[in-house]
Amino acid sequence: MREIEYREAIREAVMEEMNRDPKVFLIGEDIGKYGGAFRAYKGLLDMYGPERVINTPISEATIIGSGIGAAVTGYRPVAEIMFIDFTGLAMDQIVNQAAKIRYMTGDNLRCPLVIRTQGGAGRGVAAQHSQSLEAWFYHVPGLKVVMPSTAYDVKGLLKTAIRDDNVVVFIEHKMIYLNKGPVPEEEYIIDFGVADIKREGKDVTIFAYSNMVFKALEAAKDLEQEGISCEVFDPRTLVPLDMEALLKSVKKTNRLVVVTEACERGSVASDISAKVSSQAFDSLDAPVKIVAGLNTPIPYNSILEQASIPHKADIVKAVKEVLA
Amino acid sequence: MAELTKGQKIQFLRTILKIRRFEEKTIQMYQIAKIWGYLHPYVGEEAIAVGACAAINKSDYIISTHRGHGHSIAKGADLNRMMAELLGKATGYCKGRGGSMHIADTELGMLGANGIVGGGIPISVGAGFSCKMEAKGRVAVCFFSDGASNNGVFHEALNMAAIFNLPVIYVCENNMYAISMSSCDSIACKDIAKRAAAYDIPGVIVDGSDPEAVYRVVTEAVELARQGKGPSLIEAKTYRFGGHHPNDPADYRDKQEAEFYKREKDPVINYKKRLLEEKVISQTEIDTMEKEIITAVEDSVKFAEESPEPSLEKFLEEVRSI
Ligand SMILES: Cc1ncc(C[n+]2csc(CCOP(=O)(O)OP(=O)(O)O)c2C)c(N)n1
Ligand SMILES: [Mg+2]
Repeated sequence: MREIEYREAIREAVMEEMNRDPKVFLIGEDIGKYGGAFRAYKGLLDMYGPERVINTPISEATIIGSGIGAAVTGYRPVAEIMFIDFTGLAMDQIVNQAAKIRYMTGDNLRCPLVIRTQGGAGRGVAAQHSQSLEAWFYHVPGLKVVMPSTAYDVKGLLKTAIRDDNVVVFIEHKMIYLNKGPVPEEEYIIDFGVADIKREGKDVTIFAYSNMVFKALEAAKDLEQEGISCEVFDPRTLVPLDMEALLKSVKKTNRLVVVTEACERGSVASDISAKVSSQAFDSLDAPVKIVAGLNTPIPYNSILEQASIPHKADIVKAVKEVLA
Repeated sequence: MAELTKGQKIQFLRTILKIRRFEEKTIQMYQIAKIWGYLHPYVGEEAIAVGACAAINKSDYIISTHRGHGHSIAKGADLNRMMAELLGKATGYCKGRGGSMHIADTELGMLGANGIVGGGIPISVGAGFSCKMEAKGRVAVCFFSDGASNNGVFHEALNMAAIFNLPVIYVCENNMYAISMSSCDSIACKDIAKRAAAYDIPGVIVDGSDPEAVYRVVTEAVELARQGKGPSLIEAKTYRFGGHHPNDPADYRDKQEAEFYKREKDPVINYKKRLLEEKVISQTEIDTMEKEIITAVEDSVKFAEESPEPSLEKFLEEVRSI
């Protein structure tokens, strides 16, 4: 199968959906000629024109708000917030407006809005450009949260997100845009709430999403040398979550390590840990272990930055601890 | 307003050159990956920080942006500690934690560069409250660019500064771009200064390549602020000579446009020329000045390179204890 970059997969998904449905349009900062901060929209302005590729001023609240307004009046906007850190400026529109509008209006107003953004550390861009804030959105009823790791996943999930009649927060990771992966030429979509086992194993389940999937896979490879068989479980969508598949995996391996780049307090990881601990208590041979980022704003200095986020070695260590 | 003295003019030139040479060095260091992350050079815009900071005192505050090196230097920052910060070293202004986008220093009244566009504008209102409550005649100068003026916080902050009559001088460095977005396409009116009318405060346009012109208008605004007459909005017309950051080829803008500004509106070229014409300084004196500045910049690199990394052990300890 051909291999394409993660960002090319995004571009293909958007193009296919724009071709399929004239109601789909893109809105955000520097998405015109510039093609987006990570160049995922390269060439789209020329192809679709400024009415469907709307380049905006630096006005995050209104980027989201205008997405909502267009969505409730029949369009399917893909609104981009360049860094997840900047969703802070749009939080009222996301949390108080978008997330609730369909429910609180008794289904009167449907809001098929995709909020595309990216997060994560590793580029030396310090505290206001490196955060992992998925827990903010995971917490709020009314938002779906998608965090794809591979080119294949990002394409199939973004197409589903655009077709979804609800608000989807679609979170990419800045370190993986250039990663290449197999993506079929033929059209496909990936349903929400369906996890993907990125590697099968029998001794321990490693739950990881976004960029952490790759660190988990590296750890699993190393551990295999030592005769430890890891199952790498990628939920792909955090809301809805494929709890059934996760419980199935844990019932097979009897051990769980949950990996997240975000800091542990109030994280998706601690929620997953709590869920599995209560729902599969009898299957667990050891307490669930969380590997998380440190409780710190991300520092600029690269030694400190790297120390702030989980690495292969941390996952290897945690796996050994649950097996001890 | 008193005429500028020879000494002041020479100081203007010195600071403009200091910023220019420092920025050129940071770009070089970025290209060899000794500086990483995001770096937003202030090349072309130096005269604004120089003129504005010369119009205030050491005890006054400034609020800066992601393109903030020039503001810090004009406020009196130490090149060694700045360069050390850019290299992520323990001796840097932020102990290596912040990098280019977060340089701050209480001693200097520098309340911070900012990674969030517009992030400093509301903070200026608080600094303004503080200046007003303290009643010692202190003021705050808030720098931002065209792009930031399109964020909602701009409206909230200017309106509040106006209704509470706060001693804040808003200096918009309109360099015509926000990354790739041209200010002609992003701003509904031609001049950002016009927006001052909405808050019933003075709105003044000034040539941002002329440090003396900037100095004059900021001085007037500072006088109003110190007299309790509230905030002003100054729009300094300028141009970002390079891309948004060193790796941005800026191919979204017209080459001729960039060439025009570099040729006609370079504060380094123009101000040197003016001071030579006015016989405020001789070419030999400029050469000596340039040499001193280049040495200072080289020394800052040496200082930064020889400085220690922040301690990992200490970092881990601190993180565990919170
Ligand atoms: C709230 C927010 N939105 C977007 C960005 C990404 N970004 C960084 S700099 C920049 C352009 C800023 O333009 P302007 O305010 O004109 O400042 P200039 O770069 O021209 O100095 C953008 C969009 C950001 N850092 N913060
Ligand atoms: Mg600008």
